[in-house]
Amino acid sequence: MNEMMQVEMTVNGRVRSFDVAVNHTLLEVLRDDIGLTGTKECCVVGECGACTVLIDGVPMNSCLMLAVEADGADVLTVEGLATDGHLDRLQQAFLEQGAAQCGFCIPGQLMSAHALLQRNPHPTIDDINEALAGNLCRCAGYQQISAAIMSSAEGAGR
Amino acid sequence: MKVDNIGAPAQRLGGIDRVTGHQRYVADLPIADTLHAKLVALDCAHARILSIDTSVAEKVPGVVFVMTADDLPTPMPRFGPQYQDRPVIAEGTTNYHGEPVAAVVAETKDAAEEAATLVKVEFEELPAIFTVEAALDPAAELIQDPSIRRPGPFTETNILTEYHFGWGDVDAMDADMVVEHTYAWPMQTHFAIEPHGYIAAPDGDGIIVWSSIQHPYQLQKTVATVLGMPLSKVRVIAPDPGGGFGGKQHPKLEPLVAFMAMRAGRPVRLILSLEEAFQGVRRAGTEVKVRMGLKSDGTLVFQDYVNRFLIGAYGDTGDRISAKASFLSAGPYRTPAVRIVSQAILSHTTPTHPYRGFGIPQVTWARESCLDEAAIALGIDRLEIRLHNLVRYGEEHVPGDTPADGDWAQTVRKAAEEIHWGTPLPPGQGRGIAIGVKSGPTTGLSYATVRFLADASVMVFSGTSDMGQGARTIFAQIAAEELGVSLDRVAVVMGDTAVVPYDQQTSASRSSVLMGNAVLDACRDIQRKIRAMAARLHDVEEAEITVDRGVVHLPDAELPIVDVLKAGLGRMGGEVVGNGEARKEAFPDHPLGGTALFFEFNCTACDVAVDPETGEVTILRHVTVGDVGLALNPVQVTGQDEGAAIMGIGHALMEHLILDDKGRTRNLGAIDYRIPTSLDLPGELHSFSIENADGPGPYGIKGISEGSLLCTAPAVAGAVRDATGAVVRRLPLSPENVWRAMKEKT
Repeated sequence: MNEMMQVEMTVNGRVRSFDVAVNHTLLEVLRDDIGLTGTKECCVVGECGACTVLIDGVPMNSCLMLAVEADGADVLTVEGLATDGHLDRLQQAFLEQGAAQCGFCIPGQLMSAHALLQRNPHPTIDDINEALAGNLCRCAGYQQISAAIMSSAEGAGR
Repeated sequence: MKVDNIGAPAQRLGGIDRVTGHQRYVADLPIADTLHAKLVALDCAHARILSIDTSVAEKVPGVVFVMTADDLPTPMPRFGPQYQDRPVIAEGTTNYHGEPVAAVVAETKDAAEEAATLVKVEFEELPAIFTVEAALDPAAELIQDPSIRRPGPFTETNILTEYHFGWGDVDAMDADMVVEHTYAWPMQTHFAIEPHGYIAAPDGDGIIVWSSIQHPYQLQKTVATVLGMPLSKVRVIAPDPGGGFGGKQHPKLEPLVAFMAMRAGRPVRLILSLEEAFQGVRRAGTEVKVRMGLKSDGTLVFQDYVNRFLIGAYGDTGDRISAKASFLSAGPYRTPAVRIVSQAILSHTTPTHPYRGFGIPQVTWARESCLDEAAIALGIDRLEIRLHNLVRYGEEHVPGDTPADGDWAQTVRKAAEEIHWGTPLPPGQGRGIAIGVKSGPTTGLSYATVRFLADASVMVFSGTSDMGQGARTIFAQIAAEELGVSLDRVAVVMGDTAVVPYDQQTSASRSSVLMGNAVLDACRDIQRKIRAMAARLHDVEEAEITVDRGVVHLPDAELPIVDVLKAGLGRMGGEVVGNGEARKEAFPDHPLGGTALFFEFNCTACDVAVDPETGEVTILRHVTVGDVGLALNPVQVTGQDEGAAIMGIGHALMEHLILDDKGRTRNLGAIDYRIPTSLDLPGELHSFSIENADGPGPYGIKGISEGSLLCTAPAVAGAVRDATGAVVRRLPLSPENVWRAMKEKT
């Protein structure tokens, strides 16, 4: 049996206290223990960005972080972006710009974009391409993604 | 209500789930009581298996069993889309790096992973064959035992198939100049961000298989065959794949997972790691030798090809890729004599799988690069030599095949105009242009069912897979248009063989055309029934009524179709069901078994800068123009077109599977393999569509999802040569390869 440890973390605004296996990553715990499968698994070595979540507002590859390391943290996943069933501006912009094609990388893209806009409400295209360079998209909808972030940022200034 | 859905930038059906994290891919499905599987493979390309000891692995708490070839029926069930040569699991030997020899089934993922490291395999590594040269050596080991080959002249060689295509007499042609070169394209992998995933579960006296597959009906047939079940007992559920690019077309590990689930009597799930996905599917590496004969004015007089496709250890689709791509080697150019020899060559490597472009990028790389060399040698402009030889609308470029189905010169001129062809560039920069053409499907069969419900909402049932190309949205737009309802009242159901009617496959950019026509046909079936309703309700002859795009035209009135539906159904309610079918018939005498349903035609042009110190290529401006017939959904067309262009840039500049001296793949991972990121985009990327509504699909559409990667590599290489004088004939155009070519030049 895996050694277990109790952790407490805030996930999408809700405080949760539960036992996790000490060898499980935050990605595994989010997907397999909590059932939040919006965060995606691809490379599991921090190279593709599909599993990006925000830890205390900072984008992290959840495959590289043990769940016990997130003890006490504030975790935001893609499921936490919409409020009361309403899409946030960034999600809406992704839809309008056609940024989501197959969609598999999109949760990670959204989380990196969300973090970028939190720290830089009016990014340039270069800022966006730099901030999202760790989020691979094989549909290669990069231009639609950056257009969505730009339009969302402009909206933020209204 | 008249609606106008055609040409509208309708938002993607399924888009909301994709931006909220609620879209469920295979790995996200919550299926109770599921066991977890982990594969065991050897770290070598080719080996004789001496023994497999599972005893230690089976003692790991939670392990249910370890499956090896000994646990499967005798003879080993084999399967494949063209050749039934791929074993469910390796038996006796392994024939490519990563081929599974055993699989652990356990209560938890942790237990399965731990036990997989404890399966002891004794094996003898054997010399592997992984180059064209080694495979064709008369002394080479036979990669496939002749007993699993179809009898033929090549059974005792490593050539799986060889084709001869062409017309005219190349040897009799009188050319002013002959250019001859060989162009190499490396093996590449698809790298869908969703690794392949499979789940199987016994279901009464049948089975359910969930898979990220592109062709659910082909999987149904494969599983039914290996398990000896009727099709009706095999239910395939195929959630939208997280990217396919051809890599998820055909069954691979589903038969193994099905056998494990039957043995366990419980659901079994196998989600591949990215490394396993890399080892599961790849594109054929090719060596294409071209001889081109021209008149001094640039007129092509012959083209002569020897195309060698290095496919893998099992046939998969390697034969079809080599044949279909080679058939169009000579491209869209009027050429009096053409000779093509095409070989699919077996090797101890991952079986070649379809990959966006289906072999056309490889032959196009050779043809367009060679044409550039000819133009430069003759002192003719590279754009002009293409326009000079390009077939006109309706003219055959391959005798006996479908003639040019578009004004292709219009596409080429548009690309030239948008790249400002003929205007000067600063020193160190260069410009390139190339043309790609690919046959759409040569056969096809799609059925669709459309249900017009009592509240005038619509359900479309289709066996197409929506892997990002946006097929759902397209079908919804067609149904909304034909039945006069708003798009938000249309649901599209896909990916369940127990629910949706048969579709041959999702490939070759066929779905908007073939399945689109089936959906249109189903809507027309509903319109006929509505017409009969209207005749009954209004006491008018049916012949006096027409139904068109949501409107019922009576002799003295026009009614919205929904009014007739509601009145016709009456108090009992119910629904009107339409069935549709679209076929592309085979032509047995055609070398490919059928003519092209349509062509994807693209012209790509770009400006590059090359770092003289490092050989690094920067694409400053990239223009892609496709003849799409009609952009039914312009946002989706742009997304697919730009996406294919960027993928093509990856293939041109960076992507290649690297094998070591024993045939093992050394770059099994995102960073080591390298695909384009947001930092690898061209300075400017512009996608344009030529729309003359002249395609065979609904409203004149053609397939579009592959066009803009067909000729990317020769356009970029042409620009690199224009900038530096350096000629690269072996992809990728990596800094190292470009730097070496620059040094060789001086």
